[in-house]
Parts: sequence; C-alpha cells; structure tokens
Amino acid sequence: MKHFFELLLNGLSLGCIDALIALGFVVVFKATRVVNFAYGSLLLLGAFLIGRYHESLGFAVAVLVSIVVTSAVAAFVGVVVLRRVRLADPGTLAIVTLGVDILLATELTRRIGSDLLTTGDPWGASVRDLAGVHIAQTRIAAAVVAVGVVVAFLVALKFTDSGVALRAAAERPATAALLGIRLGRVAAGAWLLAGALAAVAGLFFTAFPSPGITGSVGQIALGAAVPAAVLGGLDSTTGALVGGLAVGLTATFAAGYQDQLAFLGRGFGSVAPYVVMLLVLLVRPSGLFGGKEVTRV
Amino acid sequence: MSRPARLAIGLTALVLALAAPLSLNGFWLQTALFAMAAAIGAIGLTLLVGVAGQLSLAHAFFVAVGAYGYAALAGAGLPTPLAAVGAVGLAGAAGALFSPIAGQLRGIYLGLASLGLVFLGQHVAYNATAITGGFNGRDVAPFDVFGFSFTATDPELVVLNVPYTGLERLWYLGLALVALAWWYARNIRLSRTGRALTGLRDSEVAAAVIGVDVRRYKAAVFTVSSAYAGLAGVLLALAFGRIVPDSFGFLMSIDFLVMIIIGGLGSVTGAVAGAVLVSALPPILSHYSASLVFLAQPGESGVGAAEAARLLYGGAVIAVLLFAPGGLAQLLRPFPRVKESSHETNAGGHGHHADRPVPGGERL
Repeated sequence: MKHFFELLLNGLSLGCIDALIALGFVVVFKATRVVNFAYGSLLLLGAFLIGRYHESLGFAVAVLVSIVVTSAVAAFVGVVVLRRVRLADPGTLAIVTLGVDILLATELTRRIGSDLLTTGDPWGASVRDLAGVHIAQTRIAAAVVAVGVVVAFLVALKFTDSGVALRAAAERPATAALLGIRLGRVAAGAWLLAGALAAVAGLFFTAFPSPGITGSVGQIALGAAVPAAVLGGLDSTTGALVGGLAVGLTATFAAGYQDQLAFLGRGFGSVAPYVVMLLVLLVRPSGLFGGKEVTRV
Repeated sequence: MSRPARLAIGLTALVLALAAPLSLNGFWLQTALFAMAAAIGAIGLTLLVGVAGQLSLAHAFFVAVGAYGYAALAGAGLPTPLAAVGAVGLAGAAGALFSPIAGQLRGIYLGLASLGLVFLGQHVAYNATAITGGFNGRDVAPFDVFGFSFTATDPELVVLNVPYTGLERLWYLGLALVALAWWYARNIRLSRTGRALTGLRDSEVAAAVIGVDVRRYKAAVFTVSSAYAGLAGVLLALAFGRIVPDSFGFLMSIDFLVMIIIGGLGSVTGAVAGAVLVSALPPILSHYSASLVFLAQPGESGVGAAEAARLLYGGAVIAVLLFAPGGLAQLLRPFPRVKESSHETNAGGHGHHADRPVPGGERL
C-alpha cells in the first residue's frame, strides 16, 4: 500500500509537470490552430539556458533570462516564421514547426555536446519524507509552481480582457476580428505564454530525479505533451490539465508496477500514455474535452 | 520538351543507371541503396499525405513491419522472394488494421495519433526478442531468386573486370523496385482512384456527395501506402544486412515527411528527388567532411557533417513551405506541359496550397 501511495504522489507531481507542458502546447493550438512540434525544442532551450547560465548569473536570474528568451524565440516562430503561411491548413503549419524543431534541436544538442548540464536549482537532490512516503523536493516545488501557474492562467482566461480575447479568438476568429480583437496580438500572446510555460516546465522536467539536460530532453517532452494534449482534447485547457495528470500517473504507475506488468515488456511506462491516448481516441475522436469539429458544406 | 528529346534523356538515364555499378564503389552503392529504399517509402507517403491528404507520422512503423517481417519470414525458412512479398503484405495489413482508427480521426488528430503507433512499434521491437532480436537487432537473410543469390558468391559474377558482389546486385533489384513503385503510384494518381483521393483531401464532404466511399478509400490508401513502406523496409533490411529497433523511430517518420515536402507534396517524382536528397546528404557530407572546410571534424567544436545535414534540411523544409510550396517537383518543371495540365497542377502541390481556407472558414 505504501508503494501505491508513493507512486500516486510521484505520479501526481510528474502529472503537474506534464500538465504545464501540455498547457503550453494547447494554448498555441487554441489561439492559432497550430500544432507546435517545436515545443519540445523550446522546452529544451529553456532548460539549456538555465543549465548554462545558473552558475554565472545565479539560479533565479537564470530562470528569468530563460523565460524571457524562450518566450521571445517562441513568439518569433509563431509571429514571424509562420506569418507567410498563417492561412494554410493545419498540416502545413505543423510541418513548418517541425522544421523549426529540427533546427533548434540540432543546434542545442550540438551546443550541449558532452557537457553534463544540471539545472542548479536550490532544492538539489534532497528527498522529503511525508508520513513514510518519499518524494523529491523538486517535485513538491514543481507541483506548487504548476498549481500556482495553472490557477493564475485560468483566472486570467476567465476574467481579464486578454483572456476573453483569447477565448473569443479561439471560438470564432472571424467574428472576434470584426469585434475589434486583434488576432495577431492574441496569437503573439499565446506563443509568448507557451514559451514561458516551456521554460518553467523545462526547469522541472530536467531537475532531480531526472538525469539532467541532454539533447534528447526535447523529444521526451514532446512525447509527453502529445498524448496529454490529445487525450484531453487539443483545444481544451481543462483537457490539457486532465491529460497531463493522466499521462504522469499512467507513466509512473506503469513503471512502478513493471514487475507485475512484465508481460507487456520492459520499459512499458514510456509507451503506456500512448496506449491510453489511442484507446481514448477510439471512443472520443477529439479527446475527452475537445470541441467537436463541425463540418459545414 | 519534345517527345523525342524526353525519350533520349530517359534512355540515357537508363543506360547510365544500368552501367553505374561498374564505376561506383561500395560507399556510393550503399548510399544509393538507402536512397532507393527511402524513395519507395516516400512515394507511399506522398500518396497518403500529398494525394489523399491524410497526415501520418506512422510511416516508420510500417517500414519496421516490412523490415522485420522480411527478416522473420526469411529466417523461418520461407524462400526469400515469398518472404519479401509476405512482408509487404504484412505491412499493408497493418495499415488496413490501423485504418478504422484513422477513418475516425481527421487532420491533425490523425497525425498525432499515428505518432503513438511509432512508439508502440518500437516498444514491441525492443521486447519481442524472439522475432526482432531485441535491442541488438537481428541479421537479415540475403535475397536470392531461383538459386541466384544477392551476395558476393553463388554464382560468382564478374562484368568487365568488376566483381559483382551483393551491393552491385542489389542495385539492380532496387532500381527495378523503384521504377515499379514510381510507375504504379503515378498510375494511381492519374486514375479515377487518384481523383477520388484528391477529392478526399480537398473536402471529405464534397467527395462523399459525388459518390466517393470515404471510408473505403481511406482504408485503401492507408493499405497501399503501408505496403509501400513495407517494401521500403524490405529493401532497407537487405541493404543494412542487420536491423535494429533504433532505426525505426520518430526521426525516421520525420525524415519521410521532410522528403515529400522538399520534393513537393503529392508529386511522385518529387518524392523520389526528395528521398535521394534527404537520405544521401548526411552520408555524402560525412564522407567528404575532411575536404569540406566549413565542417568540423569529429572531436572538434563546430558544426559536424551529420548536424550540417540536419540543419540544411530543417531549413529546407521551412523554406519550401514558406516560399515554394511546390517543392523540387515545381523547380524541376518550371513550365507545366499543357496537355496534362489539370493533373500536373495537383502534382505540383498548388492545388493543396493555393486554395487556402478562408479566414474563419470551417478549417480555421
């Protein structure tokens, strides 16, 4: 039973990180209908900047720098690079971001090289003991930050003008534009936000107990974002949160009980989220909370 | 170009292709074989993504089914031509099995769901050690037809003082398969079926209204495209001689997408050109990295050959989609022939990109 609670707690905290990742993925899709394959590399960029500069600038400043730079790069991709093709079909847009991903991931992997980069966060490798259940201090911090960010985001989405603009633009772009909402600004805002989320998620995604900042982090993060976002529904922020938690829990439990799940093969934990995603898609083709695609003739 | 001129160019190319193994060394033959396998796979993917408009990231999975299918069937003692046909059939069947899921999903959801297939496939390849050899992979039985083996011996073969070993012999097999794949895909695209698939791409509802059985055509194009991937897998397995699960990952799926984009979505010839470019660039750059001053040597800091290739084609994807959506196919043929203009416009990918959805339209 103790094992179960340990997995539950760790799964929930990992789920919080996955939810942050998925949220950045979904916000961009909601506002601009772009499936952002460059998201993994943006997250890697965020983690890389923290890893590279935390010694010279100090941890807090490095995180700030990382958030600012990553958002700027994300906004550059979303606003400048995609500008020429902004009316193209979603497939084309997705593949352009795939090109950006190849460029960013290759260059960052090259810059990391064989260096052992760590995030240099103040929590280090300490582990807390909560009533006999062990959990890494970074994971607690991740959960607190994630809950804070998500609550702030949801409140802003509900009550601020920009939040309303984002929802309106997502609902009916043409009508929103006619009512004076500047779609370009909404898109830029969504990309900025996605970049910031990528940087924060990148920090916790690569902190202890993860092995550190390596070139493959981007692909692994994208591998968590896709099932989380898809099974929740690509255009639903609630879906991203639920999907993120589901992915974190599924991966943790599948890895924790791998002796009992041995017949499914070693390392099943990493593909379990995809199995769940495919099963959900069989029943609900646009995810749990996704809006149904309306076809007008 | 006039007809005789085209014929002359075609014949010259044919003679050159047939004579090529006489002067090419092992490196070039190996690179060419990978390019041929890639070309077959890319043709299949362009039918699915370019012609029928079904975005798929699962191509690496079907290539893996073909490669492992061939290795397993040939390993079980089946005559190798039968094993190859069986592997292609297996890959096609896998595509047909996936098509109910695919039929339910649209556009971007399909692309993302198909990504799951790649990860699942790799998981199986790592774990089903009896069939796949697990992490370390398994050897692939060399191809042989009626006692003629595609290896260095049995029978020994020397043409104009050049010993014909496995690679030289596979060159002809690959060439024949690429030609067959190209011809078949072109026929599909220019036929009634191709027009139905194009209809599917442009508007499912409109296609259904004209009488296209959407579900059936989707299943059909998935099956054909996967069978192509399977054939690419067989050729790849033969060229490698040994296959490992690592090769059939997400990156391979991306590479295939990059090939058909650079080539020009929906164009069969473009897919071949894109495949040659994307698959041959990395080995050629690393082969000549010593004499290319802008490349860093292994161990030095700077941009190495493999990275340069990835940066080049990552940039190429963006540049093509942003500035020349027709891709190589458009560049290769700047003046479309008048006679087949309606098909050729689609082939160049204009049809796909020029009629962009209106802002606020249903796809936005």
